[in-house]
Amino acid sequence: MVIFSRPKSLSEKEFTYCPGCHHGIVHRLIAEVIDELGIQEKTIMVAPVGCSVFAYEFFNVDGTVAPHGRALAVATGIKRALPDRVVFTYQGDGDLAAIGIGETIHAANRGEKLTTIFINNAVYGMTGGQMAPTTLLGQKTTTTPYGRNPENDGYPFHVSEILSTLPGVAYLERVTVSTPQNIRNAKKAIRKAFIAQIKGVGFGLVEVLSTCPTNWGMSPVEAQKWLLENMTKEYPLGVFVDKVGD
Amino acid sequence: MRKLMMKGNEAIAESAVRAGCRLYFAYPITPQSEIAEYMSKRLPEVGGTFLQTESEIATVNMVYGAACTGKRVMTSTSSPGFSLMQEGISYIAGAELPCVFVNVVRGGPGLGDIQPAQSDYFQATKGGGHGDYRLIVLAPSTLQEAVDLTQLAFDLADKYRNPVLILADGMIGQMMEPVELPPMKDISSLPDHSSWALTGANGREPHRIAAFNIDPHGLEEMNKRYQEKYARISLEEQRWEEYKTEDAEFLMVGYGTIGRILKSVVDDLREKNLPVGLFRPITLWPFPYKRLEELSKKVNFVLTVEMSSGQMVEDVRLAVNGKAPVYFYGRMGGIVPTPNEIRFAFENLLKEVK
Repeated sequence: MVIFSRPKSLSEKEFTYCPGCHHGIVHRLIAEVIDELGIQEKTIMVAPVGCSVFAYEFFNVDGTVAPHGRALAVATGIKRALPDRVVFTYQGDGDLAAIGIGETIHAANRGEKLTTIFINNAVYGMTGGQMAPTTLLGQKTTTTPYGRNPENDGYPFHVSEILSTLPGVAYLERVTVSTPQNIRNAKKAIRKAFIAQIKGVGFGLVEVLSTCPTNWGMSPVEAQKWLLENMTKEYPLGVFVDKVGD
Repeated sequence: MRKLMMKGNEAIAESAVRAGCRLYFAYPITPQSEIAEYMSKRLPEVGGTFLQTESEIATVNMVYGAACTGKRVMTSTSSPGFSLMQEGISYIAGAELPCVFVNVVRGGPGLGDIQPAQSDYFQATKGGGHGDYRLIVLAPSTLQEAVDLTQLAFDLADKYRNPVLILADGMIGQMMEPVELPPMKDISSLPDHSSWALTGANGREPHRIAAFNIDPHGLEEMNKRYQEKYARISLEEQRWEEYKTEDAEFLMVGYGTIGRILKSVVDDLREKNLPVGLFRPITLWPFPYKRLEELSKKVNFVLTVEMSSGQMVEDVRLAVNGKAPVYFYGRMGGIVPTPNEIRFAFENLLKEVK
């Protein structure tokens, strides 16, 4: 009897992510949710720019790659053309919270029936570790070599708190995948964000606090610890909006 | 068939609906906002979708998304808005998606003004975005032609899987003329894009659309494929109009609004027994090089007139290729030259050349 196998919504292509990076875990959770909801054949993915630019090749679903920051506009175009399909975006903090914050806020505010998985690792990964809007105060990056200083660099950007004020949002939760228990909880959140779309309630977003050991300059184990000790203080885990119910 | 008195912007919008366009995304900007206003009322009547976006950047990416599904989609804007869309247009061209853009050009650069201009020619025909790509660019000079070219734009977009741009100007957008509208197309008769469109991988391998290849050899292959397509388009889709060119000893060249003004100028000069003809490019890309070169062999000189500092004149020079002298007359700032001033410019030129 098979008790554990590759989700059918994940392709055979091997992940290209660094050791200890959370993209692989989150990809798997999304694929499991797609399988369990039985929506693989009507799901369309919008992949981002950044480390996960290849994400559309890792899933066995139709997909495209949006210009930097524009995933939610591209997804809006797809969903408005095909309202009965399930459309999701996968976006990092630079993509969603910096260059694409306008598209993010407006798609959420229109209550687009879309699901967004927002990977917040507090740093720009693909371009080599520069400051993100979500970088913590004092955190060293390649463009904040003395640590993020609010006088010059502004404050950590709280996407979920901001989006939680918008009436178009149907489901919004901040999770992490740093422990087995957190992984199980993250999967439940992702499932609910998809259900918010399938039931037509509105926009669903799951913010996943994630590691970037390479650009943080840590081992994978140190990175997990750093996330739990520092990121969850600035970005508390929890449900912000739930209009889906049980 | 019955003719209707319509405003240019509205005629383009109605023609798009009749061509099967059921998705329209746009951000308002003068002098073409009537297209959005018309679509907001009309599309719901035919089961279509109208969405007023938060920006031109969002607009072009919604067009990208909708085009990924293979359905007929359009947006419209004016010059500064078209500048904002350039990144997305590069992606759409690279992803080889069919869709239609309308740019009702106004004076520039910068915020410019809201009067008719032709100063977006470079951006429209030479690639305003990054990378080696081409748009098919159609330039109407009457409202009837705007209606007809809107139909053609959707067909060419589908045929070549390429974005098509209707380059009009504020005069075409804002004027009123009687037009004959084509019949409503049956959506089910439109070209089948199921071999590549994103519709959900129901019973087939997933479709993946991207203007992206991290391997330089792979990217070069993609670029070769684009260039082969552009070469085919260039060969097959050059369009133009000639007026009184059979015996012409002088040639005027102009497109869009200038094209129709030049007809009056040609008639005026013919009354003075000056054998002048008009060559009016209808496709700005592909530019009708071949026919213009042939015509230029028979004339004393070519005068290009534009509502710009002289942009298309560079393509005219390339086409004429030294066979005749090429001169330029233009107005900027959103000023439409009168037939009299163009005639005057021609007559002055005639004196100088003699």
